[in-house]
Amino acid sequence: MTADGEIIHFDNVGLRYGTDREVLSDLTFTLFSSRFYFLTGASGAGKTSLLRLLYLAQRPSRGAVRMFGTDAITMPRSRLPQLRRRIGVVFQDFRLIPHLSAFDNVALPLRVAGHREEDLAAPVRDILDWVGLADRMGARPATLSGGEQQRVAIARAVIARPAMLVADEPTGNVDPDMALKLMRLFEMLNRQGTTVVVATHDLDLLRKVPDSLIMRLDRGRLSDPTGALRYPPRRPS
Amino acid sequence: MVRRLFSGRDTDLIPQARMSGPMPWVIAIMVAMTAIALAAGLALGNAVSAAKAEIEGGVTIQILEPRADVRAKEAEKAVAAIKDMPGVAGLRLVPQAELDALIEPWLGTGIADATGSAIPIPALIDVRLKGPATPMKLGAIEKALKPVAPSARIDAQSNWLKPVFKAMLSLQVLAIAIVALLALALTAAVLLAARTALGTNRDTIEIVHLLGGTDAQVARVFQRSIGYDAAGGGAVGLALALVVILVLARRFSGLGAGLVNNGALTWSDWMLLALVPVLSTLLAMVTARLTVLHALRKML
Repeated sequence: MTADGEIIHFDNVGLRYGTDREVLSDLTFTLFSSRFYFLTGASGAGKTSLLRLLYLAQRPSRGAVRMFGTDAITMPRSRLPQLRRRIGVVFQDFRLIPHLSAFDNVALPLRVAGHREEDLAAPVRDILDWVGLADRMGARPATLSGGEQQRVAIARAVIARPAMLVADEPTGNVDPDMALKLMRLFEMLNRQGTTVVVATHDLDLLRKVPDSLIMRLDRGRLSDPTGALRYPPRRPS
Repeated sequence: MVRRLFSGRDTDLIPQARMSGPMPWVIAIMVAMTAIALAAGLALGNAVSAAKAEIEGGVTIQILEPRADVRAKEAEKAVAAIKDMPGVAGLRLVPQAELDALIEPWLGTGIADATGSAIPIPALIDVRLKGPATPMKLGAIEKALKPVAPSARIDAQSNWLKPVFKAMLSLQVLAIAIVALLALALTAAVLLAARTALGTNRDTIEIVHLLGGTDAQVARVFQRSIGYDAAGGGAVGLALALVVILVLARRFSGLGAGLVNNGALTWSDWMLLALVPVLSTLLAMVTARLTVLHALRKML
């Protein structure tokens, strides 16, 4: 993080898969610490591709990316894990490991970070309790409902207290009550200092986090690259 | 270190089903064949070494004089001429009774009585040299014998078995080549298994990467998984090989041939055979690790 609170900076970033046309073009924006961002746009606008760049699943085809004060383009591959441990990810399709229990799925980020087994049980129990799944700790993903899987995925994303949480359509598979509960959960994390980036096309969701900033993607380009504008516009007070 | 190689919760990252699938059995067969080939190579080596040690210093002197009385005198003079030579460790004039016994299976007994004259069998002197029978030592003996036993013919015993030794050496090289080829085949089998496992678990690996897992952590998981399979398969393979080796050893000892009996395995050979599954397991683990690390380098 830089002195002005910048954690991510994209400069003229473009992304293409193979020799196809660019799915993301000329992205220039900055994400700041402890802010709540919504990434919106129609299906196919490039939200998931941009998130993949944010959680380092993909390198851009062009442009410069600085993450947590480090040049993410020239950084050696061996340093990627350290950077990834600062980012929590909630995948659209959850991506829980099917043969592991809810407990072990949630404990995974701590295990890969080298935490001792005896130090895992308490935080994993707490976080599963927090997402309302304390009684499903031993359940395999296949035996959980979509909403429960979503909550396990969120618990896994936040257990290591990441500096940034990236969520791709996190409320896509849950009912409105649970969606609201998840948003409150993200806000709570945000208040504790985590930068939250949520990709969604659910406009109702945007209204539920009044202090959020909105980045709108339109056919691979940011129509509001500063992230300062809101959609829908804030009502004049 | 060993505990670290074979334990740890990150082993659970990919589904673990110990001793399932073809891998342990492929390794078992490889280890069994390697151990059998190695045992054969070691036994041949032992047989060659023992035979060489026994006959490399052996020299046979034949006194070819047909007249019995002259032959006996030449033999005595020959013994006297060489017994104190510096390179000679010991010698023995083979008694007539022993010589008669040598030809008895072909010609029977009582030839002199039946024909009126005995077959002139050369007198034999069995000489043991200090060290191998080199051309120089043989030349010195020949030089010493010429004035006293002009009909003497000198043969180094090792010359007779040279073709046998060469054939056994070829078999030994073949055994080593088989061991090397089996190690190569094991490496290839593990490489294929690791690649298949990587493909099957690609999603999980990507998730682990995105959660901050390192290549080394992922590689360790595969290394352990294949290590377990290799250790189990290796133990089964060694057991199988021991049964085969012991059965073959019994059969060969039944032949009663000196050269074969000398090929018995020593304690160090058995230890070497016991190392086969251990080395196979290490080879499989190293191969799995390197394969996985190499494949992961292509992922972000």
